[in-house]
Amino acid sequence: MVEPILEVSGLVKHYPLTQGVLFRKQVGAVKAVDGVDFTLHKGETLGIVGESGCGKSTVAKMLVNLEQPTEGLIKYKGEDIGKLSAKALKSVRRNIQMVFQDPYTSLNPRMTVGDIIGEPYEIHPEVAPKGDRRKKVQELLDVVGLNPEYINRYPHQFSGGQRQRIGIARGLALRPEIIVADEPVSALDVSVQAQVINLMASLQSEFELSYVFIAHDLSIVRHISDRVGVMYLGRIMEIGRDEEIYDHPTHPYTQALLSAVPVPDPEAREHRERIILAGDVPSPTNIPSGCRFRTRCWKARERCAQEVPLLAVPAEFRLMSGPAAHDSACHFAEEKQVVPPEEPGPDGNGPG
Amino acid sequence: MLLEVRDLHVEFRTRDGVAKAVNGVDYSVDAGETLAVLGESGSGKSVTAQAVMGILDIPPGRITGGEILFQGRDLLKLKEEERRKVRGAEMAMIFQDALSSLNPVLSVGDQLGEMFVVHRGMSRKDARTKAVELMDRVRIPAAAARVKDYPHQFSGGMRQRIMIAMALALEPALIIADEPTTALDVTVQAQVMDLLADLQREYNMGLILITHDLGVVADVADRIAVMYAGRIVESAPVHDIYKAPAHPYTRGLLESIPRLDQKGQELYAIKGLPPNLMNIPPGCAFNPRCPMAQDVCRTDVPPLYEVDEDRGSACHFWRECLNG
Repeated sequence: MVEPILEVSGLVKHYPLTQGVLFRKQVGAVKAVDGVDFTLHKGETLGIVGESGCGKSTVAKMLVNLEQPTEGLIKYKGEDIGKLSAKALKSVRRNIQMVFQDPYTSLNPRMTVGDIIGEPYEIHPEVAPKGDRRKKVQELLDVVGLNPEYINRYPHQFSGGQRQRIGIARGLALRPEIIVADEPVSALDVSVQAQVINLMASLQSEFELSYVFIAHDLSIVRHISDRVGVMYLGRIMEIGRDEEIYDHPTHPYTQALLSAVPVPDPEAREHRERIILAGDVPSPTNIPSGCRFRTRCWKARERCAQEVPLLAVPAEFRLMSGPAAHDSACHFAEEKQVVPPEEPGPDGNGPG
Repeated sequence: MLLEVRDLHVEFRTRDGVAKAVNGVDYSVDAGETLAVLGESGSGKSVTAQAVMGILDIPPGRITGGEILFQGRDLLKLKEEERRKVRGAEMAMIFQDALSSLNPVLSVGDQLGEMFVVHRGMSRKDARTKAVELMDRVRIPAAAARVKDYPHQFSGGMRQRIMIAMALALEPALIIADEPTTALDVTVQAQVMDLLADLQREYNMGLILITHDLGVVADVADRIAVMYAGRIVESAPVHDIYKAPAHPYTRGLLESIPRLDQKGQELYAIKGLPPNLMNIPPGCAFNPRCPMAQDVCRTDVPPLYEVDEDRGSACHFWRECLNG
């Protein structure tokens, strides 16, 4: 197998909780990320889904080196980025860029679009010599579907969707190999979301990008991802190719998440089984023993409180080769179809 | 009919000009019925609801025309004093963001109890008992112990339940829920929507559900009104609209959402952007983005054509749209 472009193993991020002003003593920790492993191959999209507070954004920040991991490795093309010299790290960071969630606060309101998109070149001047930059920025604007003449405008003169395009252009400026997108469309209206998703898909094939696509919306993640990881309280509970996760989920949390997604089809509401989880996500300062999902799981037994389930192909599926045989961190993994199988659309393919 | 909004017009006067937020909205809700008002940001869905509740900021807002008939009375003709008696007791609202809608320095018990003290003249002690009852009803565990807690001590889903409890307190005939689950996670969203639907059935209330999420609507609504640029462009029973939309905007919306059970290649995207409300295009407001637009769409504002007995579409070419 080809070497993955990005490999994450045992990634942990704990934020200490302290008490006292003068003598700060640690009284606990917010375990935002608590042991995450995954790999990303060239040209692939890995989707990470999870509810708020599951640590998906913290993972994103660590990938682009905005946060230092408490423990664990992030390997870029086989090299541990935690051990690189400052100079080598700088070139790695050039290759891993981020697109942020909120297009309203992630662009500086006092800078023109040209300065925002061109700023990465200030830090990495080797990519574009000074005289070249304006032209490069205009090319980028064109690539993301904005008028190149808008280069001197300010962010407030653009709509939400257009601003997200500016954020994407900035992410592309240094010609990175990996783009980490943290909820890139969740702040946008439905009709504009589709435009941005299509743009990201076409850029991926044009520039051979690998995406780590983080979102809470399972439908959007399925649409864009090749593989999907489901996170809960700082850990990946289940990971696999998209049809393995969506059509053959074996982890109860994934099943509950999928069954809770509202489907835009009133016919489905009568014959759809919905698993409604009791209660809320526990606090990440006080993670339940054993399986962290057991407090909300309808299958939980003695063993779940004592033994931490590992993220691996569950024993009962190990000898099978089939879509159910994928990594799932559950002692009592069981295949269950929650998304009704695909039916042909009602009529036609839409307008135009 | 419990509530009937007729030809409502609302505009906002700003430094840069007049924004026409609502331009002739008609809708109605009956007891026990759920009407979903669907639209993107700026479509006027929340402004219409604020006008119905009587909580529009005036100025800069201004109701320039129309009637809001609630149980036969025109609310726009009532005095503020009388209006206040309707609000809360006969119609109540649930907002999107529970944390900023609750008072952070009062316990939830005090906030729930206040409804009974103000509207029903109860003593504080009786009001407290009522508050616990309400919290039980919206399935907050250990209600008696938590009645003294402050909003920040509750999770997002629990806070939204408290908002629902507050809206239900005086058993109103109509509830308006403005994006009640948008700020919540999917698993919690399902819990809250379920609760709301159960309570609606129990009390036989009318419910106006304002949302941008076509999925949520499909799960709970009886009827849908789709808004665009301050007008209703399509209004239909929920089953019909998903089967065969009669307006190109509804059609575009339905096709631009990725589906959980389908992995398509490219998503259909409605081109362009929603219009600027200070400068709504002449003719049909959707014409610059519409794949079916003809000359007549650029000049004539389409009325709400009758598609079926209880179905309407504001498109000159609704027949063509309906037939794909």
